Amino acid sequence: MGIAAEALKDFKGFHPKKLPEREPLSPGHRACQGCGEVLALRQVMKALGENVVVASATGCMEIISSPFPQTAWRVPWIHVAFENAAAVISGVESAYRALNRKGKINQPDVVFLAYGGDGGTADIGLQSLSGALERGHNFLYVCLDNEAYMNTGIQRSSSTPYGAMTTTSPPGKKSIGQRTWKKNVAHIAAAHGIPYVATASPAYALDLMNKVKKAAAVPGPAYIHIYSPCPTGWRHGTDLAIEVARMAVLTKVFPLYEVIDGKWILSRKVTKPKPVSEYLKLQRRFRHLTEKEIEAIQKRVDEEYEQLLAMCSLGAEPAEGEESS
Amino acid sequence: MGKRVGMEVSIAAAEVVGLCDVDVIAAYPITPQTHIVEHLSELVADGHLDAEFIPVESEHSAMSTCVGSAAAGARTFTSTSSQGYALMAEICYIASSMRLPIVMAVANRALSAPINIWNDHADMMMARDTGWIQTVAENGQEVVDLILHAFRVAEDHRVLLPVMVNLDGFTLSHMIEPIILPDKEEVDRYLPPYKPKLRLDPQNPMTFGPVGMPEVYTEAKKAQDEAVKESKAVIVEAWQEFEKQFGRSYKPVETYKAEDAETLLLTMGSISETAMTAVDKMRADGQKVGLAHLRLWRPFPAEELVDAVKGAKALAVVDRALSLSGGCGPVCVEVKSTLFDRGLSPYVQNFLAGLGGRDVTVEDFETMVAKVGDGLAKGLPMGYEIVNARE
Repeated sequence: MGIAAEALKDFKGFHPKKLPEREPLSPGHRACQGCGEVLALRQVMKALGENVVVASATGCMEIISSPFPQTAWRVPWIHVAFENAAAVISGVESAYRALNRKGKINQPDVVFLAYGGDGGTADIGLQSLSGALERGHNFLYVCLDNEAYMNTGIQRSSSTPYGAMTTTSPPGKKSIGQRTWKKNVAHIAAAHGIPYVATASPAYALDLMNKVKKAAAVPGPAYIHIYSPCPTGWRHGTDLAIEVARMAVLTKVFPLYEVIDGKWILSRKVTKPKPVSEYLKLQRRFRHLTEKEIEAIQKRVDEEYEQLLAMCSLGAEPAEGEESS
Repeated sequence: MGKRVGMEVSIAAAEVVGLCDVDVIAAYPITPQTHIVEHLSELVADGHLDAEFIPVESEHSAMSTCVGSAAAGARTFTSTSSQGYALMAEICYIASSMRLPIVMAVANRALSAPINIWNDHADMMMARDTGWIQTVAENGQEVVDLILHAFRVAEDHRVLLPVMVNLDGFTLSHMIEPIILPDKEEVDRYLPPYKPKLRLDPQNPMTFGPVGMPEVYTEAKKAQDEAVKESKAVIVEAWQEFEKQFGRSYKPVETYKAEDAETLLLTMGSISETAMTAVDKMRADGQKVGLAHLRLWRPFPAEELVDAVKGAKALAVVDRALSLSGGCGPVCVEVKSTLFDRGLSPYVQNFLAGLGGRDVTVEDFETMVAKVGDGLAKGLPMGYEIVNARE
């Protein structure tokens, strides 16, 4: 049994009627109306509780939660720069390890969380993330992926999906929008051989919170990639974040899975997937796409899902039953 | 009191860091800093030092990790040089703005391009406006003493600023010198245990590093400027305590045969000892020459500088880093500005010397003094020259 499986052998998930009431990330922050990212972060924090130290990358979740002299944080929180949340939490975790060992403090059970957006994770912060995962610090890194640099005004990142309109991948006579396919950071994290990797979605809140709880329970590094709808940047209604997030799962665009000790486990098998066009049409960032381009996206989504199924124990039962449309 | 023994300066630097009982070291290898962190990793590996040694993947992450560690309340050390400093520079500004008492030894090295691993002061000059306290060593004993001093100053609740201890790469870092290491009891007597004023603690949650809107940013920077300026009194006080306990004296600006000098050399770092030899030689020839050398670069010791140079008719200011196309090098800028503010107007000539590992010799200092004397006598324009540069 691997170290993650060992740590999780008596794991008990949250009960939907007994969720923690305390909100470590308090209401009253300055996120946009209908923000799916702050909702995901709220779920992460509810799952982690209050015996935690949080390191934030620069980005939407930093700027909306900490305008001096106000703060939305009821737990210790540090922001340093854009690209280094994983390195900062490395230092915090190491300090706690040393101070506990040397008898200078007695706080052995503190949990360490670093989070960043897709820019702070897939682009500018990828090196410091890789370093922290490789060194084996006992921490959880959460990527809140809203698929572009939303805080600076919707510029493309390496995590922006193919075809999407952003302010630096505009569609035009000679452009379809984003020309490249989305970088898969969860796979990159898993390639480090760390004990726990997962994808999660705020549309599946219990699944998300249980994954966070597992990640905190596992010794060593854990990585969770969370799909985080952005009404402002994706050009969809402010009441649609959860619907868009759910549709991403039901169309296989954003599959939910775990990698525990290197073993790939599908969280929800989508047996009767909806067409990708159902997902794309909810968001005006894709409205310029032609049928031919949508076909190319459908083909890519189908291929990647088949690859994922092949990696997930070759037909083993999914962890939490089937999801069909 | 420990015995005077011959050891490599980098090894001695690591030994004193170990004696200071640091909790966390995060570092990335770069020549000529490497021997310091190599020896620290040995001390940890052998169980002589109970610390977390974090071999990070870049200097940017080294300083970021140090920020996290210091914010969590651990005594924290790192070391770098040159390009490594350049890469971590972004986070160095944040470390001082967040008032985190990190200590860093910089084995000073030239900046690329062309790539050059040898000594000058380009890296420490890049750090000039970061808000770090910067002290400068001239020999191995001073490296040891200044590192011990750095922890005490940085962690003093009246200061709470990071401290950079500068030692010339190779010409200091790789030399074997006679050094007295303090023993553990002496270190403990001089350096109290680190008591963080604020730390990242779930039992007392705080927000570190919030957004500073235009309404508060100016005040935040003013407060930081005051803190850096006011740190000088604590720096001096800690040196006075050091002298009482260890018998070795340090001052923000030190002088050598300067009392009646008409011409003063002004230096910083290990070339100061060469300059003393040059002063001795010129004094033997009957020239009224002396030396002022900066021990403290930040906060800039303006009053002490004026006291040291006010009697001189001419100054030969040596810089070991360029401010390309500026009026002179960074040390000379500060000197001229300080003198101008006080209505003092000696003849000042600036010499850019020892760039990228080029030796600065006794003869070079004699030439500088001769040129300053000639310029003063003939009323030549003041300015700067790059010493010994081939056309």
